[in-house]
Amino acid sequence: MILAWLIIVPVAGGLLAWLLGRTNSTWPKWVALAAMVIDLVMGVLFAFERVESTGPWLAEIQLPWIPQLGIGFFLAADALSLVLVLLTALMGIMAVASAWTEINERTGFFYFNLLWALAGITGVFLALDLFLFYFFWELMLVPMYFIIAIWGHENRVYAASKFFLFTQASGLLMLVAILGLYFVHGRSSGVYTFNYMQLLGTSLSPVTAMWLMLGFFIAFAVKLPAVPFHSWLPDAHTEAPTAGSVILAALLLKTGAYGLLRFVVPLFPAAAAEFAPVAMILAAVSIIYGALQALGQTDLKKLIAYTSVSHMGFVLLGIFAWNRLALQGAVMQIICHGISTGALFILVGALQERIHTRDLNRMGGLWSVMPRMGVAMMLFCMASLGLPGLGNFIGEFLVLLGAFRASAPLTVVASLGFVTSCVYSVWIMQRTFHGPNREGWKPPDLSIRETAVMAVMTILIVWLGLFPQPVFTFVNPSLARLERIAAGSRPAMQIDRPITAALPIQAFEPVVAQRGERP
Amino acid sequence: MNPADLSVILPLICLGAAAIAVMLLVAVHRSYVAAFVLTLIGLAAAIATLPWMAPGAPHPLPPLLMLDGYAALYTGLLVLASAGSVLLAFGYLRKYESNREEFFTLLLLATLGAVVLAAGNHFASFFLGIELLSISLYALIAYPHKTDAHTEAGVKYLILAAVSSSFILFGMALIYADTGSMAIDRIGPTLHGMPLQGGDPWLLAGLAMMVVGIGFKLGVVPFHLWTPDVYQGAPVPVTAFVATVSKGGVLAALLRLFPPGDIQTDSSLFFVFGAMAIASMVAGNVLALLQNNVKRILAYSSIAHLGYMLVAFLAGRPRGVSAVTFYLTTYFISTLGAFGVITVLSGPGNEMESIDDYRGLFWRRPWLAGVFSAMVLSLAGLPLTAGFIGKFYLIMAGVGTTLWTLVIVLVLSSTIGLYYYLRVLFTFFVKQPESAGPARSEPAFSLSGALTLAALTFLLIWLGVMPAPIFGLIQTMIH
Repeated sequence: MILAWLIIVPVAGGLLAWLLGRTNSTWPKWVALAAMVIDLVMGVLFAFERVESTGPWLAEIQLPWIPQLGIGFFLAADALSLVLVLLTALMGIMAVASAWTEINERTGFFYFNLLWALAGITGVFLALDLFLFYFFWELMLVPMYFIIAIWGHENRVYAASKFFLFTQASGLLMLVAILGLYFVHGRSSGVYTFNYMQLLGTSLSPVTAMWLMLGFFIAFAVKLPAVPFHSWLPDAHTEAPTAGSVILAALLLKTGAYGLLRFVVPLFPAAAAEFAPVAMILAAVSIIYGALQALGQTDLKKLIAYTSVSHMGFVLLGIFAWNRLALQGAVMQIICHGISTGALFILVGALQERIHTRDLNRMGGLWSVMPRMGVAMMLFCMASLGLPGLGNFIGEFLVLLGAFRASAPLTVVASLGFVTSCVYSVWIMQRTFHGPNREGWKPPDLSIRETAVMAVMTILIVWLGLFPQPVFTFVNPSLARLERIAAGSRPAMQIDRPITAALPIQAFEPVVAQRGERP
Repeated sequence: MNPADLSVILPLICLGAAAIAVMLLVAVHRSYVAAFVLTLIGLAAAIATLPWMAPGAPHPLPPLLMLDGYAALYTGLLVLASAGSVLLAFGYLRKYESNREEFFTLLLLATLGAVVLAAGNHFASFFLGIELLSISLYALIAYPHKTDAHTEAGVKYLILAAVSSSFILFGMALIYADTGSMAIDRIGPTLHGMPLQGGDPWLLAGLAMMVVGIGFKLGVVPFHLWTPDVYQGAPVPVTAFVATVSKGGVLAALLRLFPPGDIQTDSSLFFVFGAMAIASMVAGNVLALLQNNVKRILAYSSIAHLGYMLVAFLAGRPRGVSAVTFYLTTYFISTLGAFGVITVLSGPGNEMESIDDYRGLFWRRPWLAGVFSAMVLSLAGLPLTAGFIGKFYLIMAGVGTTLWTLVIVLVLSSTIGLYYYLRVLFTFFVKQPESAGPARSEPAFSLSGALTLAALTFLLIWLGVMPAPIFGLIQTMIH
C-alpha cells in the first residue's frame, strides 16, 4: 500500500494546492513542499525498513482494474525503482524550493501541475503493468506541457508543443508495441495480460521481437534523449521555468533510462543484443554531439541542456553494454546527473532571476559579488566534467569500464566526451564568474533558502563520489535479477555475443569498492 | 402484435408519444418550461423502459425491427445523448425570442429516427429512420430562422442530405433487384463478403450507392464537405446533436448492415471503408489545423474521430463492435461536453465561436475552462479521461487483427491532431492583461447547463479511471 501512497500524496497535494491557490498565493507552495517532504520521508523509511528484504520485490500491490482486457493495477518496487522514486521526491523538493520566489502568478495551478508531473513520474517508476505504465507515461506529459507553456520564457509555446508532440508520437508507437506484445503473448499462451511478470519470456520470432523492441526503444530514446531524437530537449529545457527544467533534466529524462533497463532489455533480450551495437553507436554519437553543441551555445541554459544529451549518452552506453559494471555505472550516472544538472539549472535560474539574462556574453566577473553562488557553480561544473571525488565520476568511469568489454573503439570515442566536458565546464565558470564584470552586475548572493538547497545537493554529490558502495550494494540484487531475466530466455546467445555476456558479479565488486573509497 | 411485442418497443413508443404530447401541448398552451419538462419525461421514460427492450434473447419484430441487446445499448446511448442536448438547449433557447417549444418535438422525432436506425432490420425501417432523423434536422438546424447563417446551414444540409438519401434509396433498389430481399440480416453477409473484383456488378453498384449515402450521413472523407459548414451554421445545441445522436444512429445502422465478422481484407467493403478511414483521419486532422473557429475545429476533429472508429469497425471480431461502441460513448461525452461549454457561453445569433473569444478563459471562468480542457484532453486521448481508454481500445482492436497500415495512420494522424487540441488548450491559458477585461459579454449560464456539464465531466473521468463496469455492460449487451 505504501507504493500507492507515494503516488496519492502528490496527487492529493496537487488538488489541495490548486484549491487553496484560489484564495491565497502562498499556501500552495507550502502544500507542495509538505507533500514532497512526506513522500521523501515515506520513501526513506520504507527503504530502511526493507533494506534486508530478500524477495523479488520490496513491496507490491496488485488490484484488478480492467479485468476484461487483462489490465491490473500492479505497482511494485525493487531497489532500482525505489532509488529513482527517492530521487524523484528529493528533486521534487528542490524544484519546489527553486520556484519559491520565481513563480508569483497562478501559484495554485503551478504547484498542481508540478505535483501531478511528479506523481506521474513516480508512477512510471513503480508501474509493472504495461498499460498502467503507459498510463503514467502519458499522464506526466500534460502537466509538464502546462508548466512550460504557461510559466516558461519567451518562446514557450513552440517549445512546449514540440516537447509534447515528440513524446506523444513516440509514446503511441510504444503503445502499439505494447499491444503487439500483448497479442503475441496471448496467442501463444492463451492468457491475455499486460502484467510485466507474465510477459517476460514471451517467445517471439526474431523479426517480431526487433519491431516491438524498436517501438519501445524509440519512445525511451526520445525521452532520454539520444541523437537523433533529441531536438525537443534544448528548446524545452531552455524555455521552461527553473522548476520545470529541474524536473525535466533530473527526472523526466531518467524515465527513458529506466524504461530501457526495466522493459527493453528484459522483454526483448535477443533483439536488444542484436541492436546493442547500433544503440551504443547512437550513445557515442550523443556523447560527442551533445558536448560539441554545448560548446557552441551562448545561452547558458541551452548549454546545460546540451550537456544533458552528452551525459545521458553515457547512460545509454552503459545499459546496452549490459554487464554489471556498466549497469552500476549507468544507475550511478542516472542519480548523479539528476542531482548535478538539477543543481546547475537551479543556479542558472537563480542567476536569471537576478540579472534577467541567460546570455553568456553579458555575464562575467560575478565571483566577487556572488561568491557563494560561484562556489556552488564551480562544484557542480566540476561534477559535470567528471572530477574524481564527485558522483558523476564514478558513474561515467564505471560505464566506460564496462563498455570497454563490449566495444573498445566506441569506448575510446565516448571517453573523448571527457575532454569536451572539461572544456565547456571550465568555460561556463570562466565566462560567468571570472573576467571583467562589464555590465556592472551587483546582484545579491544566494539566499539562505538557496544556500540550503545547494548544501543538500553538495553533500549528496560528494557522498556519492566518496562512498558509492551503499548504493551499489542496495541496487545490486535488482540489477542481478534483471540480468538473470535477460539471460534466462536466451542461453545460447551468450557465447558468441560478448556484449551481453554475464560477468561474474563478485569478481568486480571489490574494484568498485576500492574505487569508491580511494577517489 | 401481442403484448410482448408491444413491450419490447416501449422505448420507441415513449419517444413517439412524447413528441406528440409536446405538439399537443403547444396547441393548447405555449409553455417553454412545460415543453422542456415533458421532453425530459419522455426521454427518461424511454430509458426506464429499456429493460423491457432486451429481456434476454433477441426479439425480432418481423419484418421491420430486431430488438436485442445491441439495439437496447444503442437506444440508451442515443437517448442519453439526446437528453444531454435537450438540457444544454434549455438555457440557450431561453434567449430566443420567437416560438421555442417546437424545437423539442423535432428533437424527439430525430431521436426516434436514430433509435429506429439502431433497431432496424429491414431496408424500409432503415430508410424510415434516416428520413425521420434528417427531416427533423433540416428544421432544427435552421430553427432560429431569423439568422441568415442558420438558414443557410439548414438549406445546405437539406440539399446534401436529400441527395444522400436518394443515393441510399437507389442503392437499396439495386440490391433488392438483385437479391430479392430487403431483410438486412439476410443481405448483410452477402455484401460483407463480396470480393473486390469479379463480384456481381448490380450488387456492387448498389453497395457503392449505399456507401456513398452512409458516408454522407457519417461525414467521412470524401463525403464530409457539409460537416464544417453545418457545424458552424447550426445553433450550438443542434450541432452537438448532429455530432452525437445523428452520427451515432447512422453508425449503429452501419454496424447492423455490415456486422463485423472475421476480417476479410480482400473484400470490396474493406477496401472502400479502409480508404475512407485513412482519408478521414488524415484530412480531418490536417484541415483542423487551419481553422480559427472552434465549431469548425470540432467539425474536422469529428471527421477524424469517425475515421478512428472505422478502423475498429474494420478490425472485426472479436473486439470491433465493442471497441466502436465504447469509443462512441467516450466521443459522445467529450463532444457533448465541448459543445456544451460553447452552448452555455452563447445565445442564438450571438455564438462564441472564434478561438480568440476563448483567450484567457481559464483565468476568467476557471470551472468552465476546466471542463472544456477536460473534454479537449479526452478528444486528444490523454490519460484520466474517457478518450484515453477509448483510443487505447481502438488501437487494441486494430492491432489485434493486425491492421498495421490503419493503426499506423491512426497513430500518426492523431499526433498531428494533438497540435490543434493543444492550440485550443493553450488559448484558455493565455495570460490576459488584467485591465483588458472580457472581450465580449458572456451570459450567466443556466442551472441545467451547469448540471449537465458537471455530470458529463464526472462521466468523462469515471470512464477514464474505472472503465471496467462499462466494458462489462457493453460486452454482455452485444453478445
